[in-house]
Amino acid sequence: MIFDIIIYVFLGIGIFFNLLAGIGLLRFPDVYTRLHAGTKCTTFGSIFLIGSVIIIGLKMWWEKDANGSVLAIHSAIALIAILLTNPAGAHAIARAAHRSGVKPARAVVDDLEGKHEGGDK
Amino acid sequence: MIELYFGFMNTYLIVVIALALCSILALIRIIRGPTAPDRVVGVDTINTIVIVAMVAFGAAFKEVIYIDVAIVYALLSFISTLFIAKYLEGGEF
Repeated sequence: MIFDIIIYVFLGIGIFFNLLAGIGLLRFPDVYTRLHAGTKCTTFGSIFLIGSVIIIGLKMWWEKDANGSVLAIHSAIALIAILLTNPAGAHAIARAAHRSGVKPARAVVDDLEGKHEGGDK
Repeated sequence: MIELYFGFMNTYLIVVIALALCSILALIRIIRGPTAPDRVVGVDTINTIVIVAMVAFGAAFKEVIYIDVAIVYALLSFISTLFIAKYLEGGEF
């Protein structure tokens, strides 16, 4: 069945990117690069993992099961919540790390050096 | 109708176990992290993984209430992340 193949491919992509997030979180040398791995890879992986649940819900709805529409819509709301809140949280963490004095590892030029001392706090 | 999709239940339980392994990798970073923002990055990653694991768990048992819990957990973890970041900046609230 074509839907089963699509669902298994989506699950494989999602788990692969979540594992990449964990490995990158362990291997990168710096707060900012770790944030890069830990936020973007989990967001991309969760798109595919929740997308497979949405496909299952839509398939149940297509076969006249009323629980399928509820499953698909609530999963879509959870995906929208992740997509809205994850980049904003990552931006807040990076901004707080730079303001609390953490330097990027092996960086030559830091353009934000001394830019926000008496800024928009 | 549940018997027709019973094959996906074990699949999503395997997905939940794999996500637990990912969160263990992030937990090692929380334990070993040299500075406080490293630990906050690990906590943020674990939050996202837990949300996805809750949705997969709800899909495994066909319970919509688990997915509602995941929505509420997403919004509350976002607020807690913003609050910790504001605390790390050290300014006034």
